[in-house]
Amino acid sequence: MIQLSGIKKTFNGGKSNEFKALRGIDLEVALNEVSVFIGPSGSGKTTLLSILGCMSRPTSGRIWLSGREITSLPERFAAETRRETFGFIFQNYNLIKGISVLENTMLPAYPTGMKYRVIRDRAVSLLEKLGIMSKSEEPVEHLSGGEQQRVAIARALINTPSIIIADEPTAHLDTELAQGLLDIFAGFRKEGKTILIASHDALVFESPVADRLISMRDGKIV
Amino acid sequence: MIWIERQRAFLDFTLSSLWRRKVRNLSLLMIYALIIFLLSSVIFFTHALRKEAESVLKDSPEMIVQRVVGGRHSLIPISYVEKIDQIRGTSSVRPRLWGYYFHPASKTNYTIMVPEEFSQPDDTVETGAGVLRTWGPLWKGKLYFKTHDGEAILLKAINTMGDETDLVSADLILMSESTFRKISGIPEGYANDLSVNIRNERESQTIMMKTVKALPDTRPILKKEIIRTYISLFDWRGGYVIVLLWGALLAFFIFAWDKATGLSAEEKTEIGILKGIGWDTSDVLMMKFWEGVVISLSAFFLGVIAAYVHVYFASATFFEHALKGWSILYPKFSLRPSVNPYQLAILFFLTVVPYTLLTIVPTWKVAITEPDLVMRH
Repeated sequence: MIQLSGIKKTFNGGKSNEFKALRGIDLEVALNEVSVFIGPSGSGKTTLLSILGCMSRPTSGRIWLSGREITSLPERFAAETRRETFGFIFQNYNLIKGISVLENTMLPAYPTGMKYRVIRDRAVSLLEKLGIMSKSEEPVEHLSGGEQQRVAIARALINTPSIIIADEPTAHLDTELAQGLLDIFAGFRKEGKTILIASHDALVFESPVADRLISMRDGKIV
Repeated sequence: MIWIERQRAFLDFTLSSLWRRKVRNLSLLMIYALIIFLLSSVIFFTHALRKEAESVLKDSPEMIVQRVVGGRHSLIPISYVEKIDQIRGTSSVRPRLWGYYFHPASKTNYTIMVPEEFSQPDDTVETGAGVLRTWGPLWKGKLYFKTHDGEAILLKAINTMGDETDLVSADLILMSESTFRKISGIPEGYANDLSVNIRNERESQTIMMKTVKALPDTRPILKKEIIRTYISLFDWRGGYVIVLLWGALLAFFIFAWDKATGLSAEEKTEIGILKGIGWDTSDVLMMKFWEGVVISLSAFFLGVIAAYVHVYFASATFFEHALKGWSILYPKFSLRPSVNPYQLAILFFLTVVPYTLLTIVPTWKVAITEPDLVMRH
């Protein structure tokens, strides 16, 4: 269970351009489910996911993950939690250009101190599973959008996280590729992973893969 | 073990990361290596010259006695030999005849000298390797000289000294005593100075004082003073070149500062991505540290190795005009390889360490920002 209590996030607090992205979120999210955060742009979906994934701290409020409070962790432990518990699939994939598909996939595992060979084998098996092993030595910028998406998924899975956070994962995909991605998410759910998706794509929130829809508007759950 | 695996992974990523911007990084590496090359060439060269001078002077007499008239070096009467010979502790005293000869055709000054033993005929000379190189055309293998009273004489060059003594013999012409006196005009019964060998070097100071007492118009010079003068001469020359190189070094650091510290938008985004996928600030800094180490260490070794080859195998072609020889006659010789680890260590700490730190500071500024920015990218 992920529990959120009174989560607020204010950017540029006290300044003329102050912006309240989250205005007090109280929420409980079940594990081993696909939860989809829906709402228009600026509703706070991405901000909430980044706080959930230990990427940023809320201005106030707390989050418990399976009973463990994760909002006040020191930077080192927050990074460790981010690395070991969460796998991120970003809207623009955020792959590192100029290096190969394989290296991009392996990157999140580098700070873990795992043996290089183990990381490599794991990356190869993920790329095989996602059907892009043939491109493993190519620089990522040579890949199509759908292929880059799959590299981003492989990268998100390299540390075998229990929770996958996907921000607008279908934003740059056509219907066929988007459907393929949802099938992959369905597979993750079967494996017992928790999936948190932010999306305003009907294909995602109308899909049977979504167990729960959470609507957001103006930084609140509605 | 985990620490080693982590460093290995960071280094691995650093290398592929550097390779992505190969033009930028290779140009940085080349300029960096060039600076190290210049600095270490000067260090190697002056160090080797000092060693060379020390070894050349090793067999020289412990004391030279000059006569001083009006505060200036003057010719010394050969009769002084006997008086110095009587001082206890001296093993031999010999008059030395040497001087300079200006050859108008080559516009060069040569050193002319009478060796302790010259068994060749009076109309012959032995020359240093540099003499025949610069003298100009010979007439039937003979060198044309003009005596001090304007008379022309031709001397046959019969023997050339090897390159190995070129540091001191490049411009040297050896001849018999009578020929020397004809050319230089130094009268019979006089010499330039006296060389004194001393049985026990520790007594040299006492013998020097006794010499001055016996012959108040003389100025004895000890070997260790000559060595000191040589060392300060080469140190001064080396220092002079290094001062000039400071400009280059400063320019490099400005360049490096710009290249290494001016993180591009792309690099900033990458740091954001790395943090987003689970790297913490220290991981990013470690990766940047390796980047600095790879560039600066490669440049250091490239520069030092190139300088070693330049100085010891190519006779320091770029610096010889500034650092060795005088006038227009430069000696041509190979230096014996000799490295001073202390000087290299200083060079290492003045170049590798600052560069590595330079690269870390701006990264730290970026790396401490929250990684959620990458979500909005």
